[in-house]
Amino acid sequence: MTSLLVIIVLVLLAVALWQLTKIFDLTQVGANSDDSQVASDNDNNVQGYLMFGFLAFIYIFTIYGLIKWGPLALHTPASEHGGLVDSLMNITWVLIFVVQAITQGLLYWFSFKYKGDKDKKALYFADNNKLEALWSVIPAVVLAGLILYGLYAWNNIMFVDKDEDTIVIELYAQQFKWTARYAGPDNVLGKANVRLIEGINTLGVDMSDPYSQDDIVVSELHIPKGKKVHFKMRSQDVLHSAYMPHFRAQMNCVPGMVTEFAFTPIYTTAEYRDLPYMVEKVAHINSIRSKKSVELVAKGETALDPYTFDYLLLCNKICGASHYNMQMKIVVDTPEEYKKWLSDKKTLAQDIKAAVAPAPVEGAAGSTDTTKVDTTAKVEAPKVAMK
Amino acid sequence: MSAEGHDHGQDHEHEHHHKETFITKYIFSIDHKMIAKQYLLTGIIMGVIGIAMSLLFRMQLAWPEESFKIFNILLGDKFAPNGVMANDVYLALVTIHGTIMVFFVLTAGLSGTFSNLLIPLQIGARDMASGFMNMISYWLFFLSAVVMLSSLFVEAGPASAGWTIYPPLSALPQAIPGSGTGMTLWLVSMAIFIASSLMGSLNYIVTVINLRTKGMSMTRLPLTIWTFFVTAVIGVISFPVLLSAALLLIFDRSFGTSFFLSDIYIAGEVLHYQGGSPVLFEHLFWFLGHPEVYIVILPAMGLVSEIMATNSRKPIFGYRAMIMSVLAIAFLSTIVWGHHMFISGMNPFLGSVFTFTTLLIAIPSAVKAFNWITTLWKGNLQFNPAMLFSIGMVSTFITGGLTGIILGDSTLDINVHDTYFVIAHFHLVMGISALYGMFAGIYHWFPKMYGRMLNKNLGYIHFWVTAVCAYGVFFPMHFIGLAGLPRRYYTNTNFPLFDDLQNVNVLITTFALVGGAFQLVFLYNFFSSIFYGKKAVQNPWKSTTLEWTTPVEHIHGNWPGEIPHVYRWPYDYSNPNYDVDFVPQNVPMKEGEEVLHH
Repeated sequence: MTSLLVIIVLVLLAVALWQLTKIFDLTQVGANSDDSQVASDNDNNVQGYLMFGFLAFIYIFTIYGLIKWGPLALHTPASEHGGLVDSLMNITWVLIFVVQAITQGLLYWFSFKYKGDKDKKALYFADNNKLEALWSVIPAVVLAGLILYGLYAWNNIMFVDKDEDTIVIELYAQQFKWTARYAGPDNVLGKANVRLIEGINTLGVDMSDPYSQDDIVVSELHIPKGKKVHFKMRSQDVLHSAYMPHFRAQMNCVPGMVTEFAFTPIYTTAEYRDLPYMVEKVAHINSIRSKKSVELVAKGETALDPYTFDYLLLCNKICGASHYNMQMKIVVDTPEEYKKWLSDKKTLAQDIKAAVAPAPVEGAAGSTDTTKVDTTAKVEAPKVAMK
Repeated sequence: MSAEGHDHGQDHEHEHHHKETFITKYIFSIDHKMIAKQYLLTGIIMGVIGIAMSLLFRMQLAWPEESFKIFNILLGDKFAPNGVMANDVYLALVTIHGTIMVFFVLTAGLSGTFSNLLIPLQIGARDMASGFMNMISYWLFFLSAVVMLSSLFVEAGPASAGWTIYPPLSALPQAIPGSGTGMTLWLVSMAIFIASSLMGSLNYIVTVINLRTKGMSMTRLPLTIWTFFVTAVIGVISFPVLLSAALLLIFDRSFGTSFFLSDIYIAGEVLHYQGGSPVLFEHLFWFLGHPEVYIVILPAMGLVSEIMATNSRKPIFGYRAMIMSVLAIAFLSTIVWGHHMFISGMNPFLGSVFTFTTLLIAIPSAVKAFNWITTLWKGNLQFNPAMLFSIGMVSTFITGGLTGIILGDSTLDINVHDTYFVIAHFHLVMGISALYGMFAGIYHWFPKMYGRMLNKNLGYIHFWVTAVCAYGVFFPMHFIGLAGLPRRYYTNTNFPLFDDLQNVNVLITTFALVGGAFQLVFLYNFFSSIFYGKKAVQNPWKSTTLEWTTPVEHIHGNWPGEIPHVYRWPYDYSNPNYDVDFVPQNVPMKEGEEVLHH
């Protein structure tokens, strides 16, 4: 029934349009019918004013957007390098708004001012080398500045000093979840390869590697404030991207290779929750949620939980049907809390031992050589046998 | 006969004694004008499908997981049970929307239409260098479109790995259902498409180089021809690389090679792939993928330059600077692809290099924008619908281009990469801008194509609603991107953090639906004017270029008599030496007349 209605409306719309064009055509009878579809001076006038109106629309819409939606944007970076990123961003924004305001202003102002008139003749102005040079050189100079600043920041962020004292954590991505592996007291991650995945060793850690013995695998990410964290990312199946927006951090996770990103958190979760902007944002979100809850309850569904802020790790590279729900909570602790949290955790080796203990399996792990190059040998397993 | 087209000594009283049947005239035509119309029609149909898809997934984003009858009608019980769009279908729609719009509408639909129509007409040639190859090129394009659309009907659904089809997702049916038969058809379709595109491009290049009429030196070519020519060159350089990427991916998928795959554990088993790298695919893909955006936007720039000059009744400002900037953009476009890969895991040093080259491209782009604005200055602007769309194109190109300074800067890209900020940026700078260029071209050259005029008032309605809606859709999108909302999310309801973005999404979708609906005005205008439009005069816009010296009624070979000779550049509008405000290219210089431009 609804579809019939829709069809009727569409037909009526088409008829209305047809009628409209007929009326337009009739108004032009008498005029030279050949030229009737070419802009007349009257058209130029009307469209010229509309151009001016559109300029106003762009300006007002921009200002409205900045006021209304500006506060939605990410605020106060939670990492040390985030300040550098944000200040470059702000400089770039100022530049963009100035250029945008001037160029759009000129474009639509000229459109309005020089709207056509039968009695006028345009100025024959074909070229001017000085002007061309001016608007080649000015962008070049401005961009040179941006490039230099950008490269300075980029090199600062992306290259981790080998001697730097960092905490090494592996982020392991798979459809559709994140896992973290801590390097333990030796601060070196044991070797790993997806070919070694077996039982509860879901990350394929090579348990014969001495560095693996103290590795800890957890599903919640805790990091200490004020200490540089060096993430090493792996993926088990397809591309994923580890996106931590509040830390201005993102790196793809690529099957077959290890990627990395490092940053220093500067606010604990508790501190970040107390930032005025975050308090306001959370209150706003909760007012939206409670409004929605009322609707849901009316429909007989369960109400939404109130929201408290947590740092998040999101997947930001399309990775499959449930890509939109691949996330992990990040908790930034004080160094003491962090130490305590980590000390409670069992190592992977202990977990495997515990799992193996009840029914011992001969030569479970650790029987192979430490090299992982020979892993191909183990891959006779069934090939792409799809159900 | 095209080969003889260059020979001006001969009389070309046309030798089409052979009888044209319906099939040779309308279907397997080798006439460039008919082929242009075929491209346009196919492009419009694909455009309707592509835009309709975007409206569907926009509805899902605004009202997540709500039931819509229209979903059930269009997608069926399997893909939209009870009218709720399934999550992998969302990804399929996003993927096919991107593919269709980028390749089938804005590459083939735009470039194919106007290169075919205008190259012979504006350079003074009887037809393309090879009319037969031109015909094959169109029919391969048509075939690729059919294959692409047929992938919508396979059981597991069409390709769903995003239009960038990054492996391993695109290689493994275990990872997403669309990577089965759907992806195979996608790859086959693209391979055919690339073959079509290469044939077209070679034809354009050869035609422009060899078949210019007497007097038509390279520095007397209209800017349209320059952009089509350069676009074709970029296409010839970069499309084969995508073809190789597609072929290697086909090998990985079907023959067990490991070009792009390594160390994969999925669905409970280890796959045999070893030693490949998805990053290699990204490099190959973007080596086409980035030039591709210029393949899309350059022809639009050419059309807009031409239309702006004509309707401003002024020469395009800085003709040579415009050519230089097109060449500079074309060159730079081939060495900036890495800016799509700053955080792909490639060496950060490469990120520095690509930041540098990427931001350089802003310079020729700025030159173009300022030159267009200066063209308007002290003009006598004739606001035909084509002119409105041209001004609109400059506007969205600037708005979208400026945010490129953020995305092209590796440091800033870290946090906005793959968010809605990117969507807003590229839709404005190459999506909407190229679409405006295409609309401008259609409004301007419709009389040349069909011998009739489009209705201008419907054109005005079409433009203004589209202009407001385009900004209404993409301007707010920047903000939800800056809030950190990733693209390609079926819904963001799993993140309370993003709950405050929901009403922005509703606003965006509302603008999209209104804007989408008003494209019907254009469709109505287009199809009704083909049959019932006002008869066009020979040169309705009082333009200087050669296509307006041909008769309104199409003839094979374009000019009934000899091909006109060219005596001046294409932008003699309001030349102070003449009383009329335009002097066509085929008008000889007056005695003692000086050339007033560089």
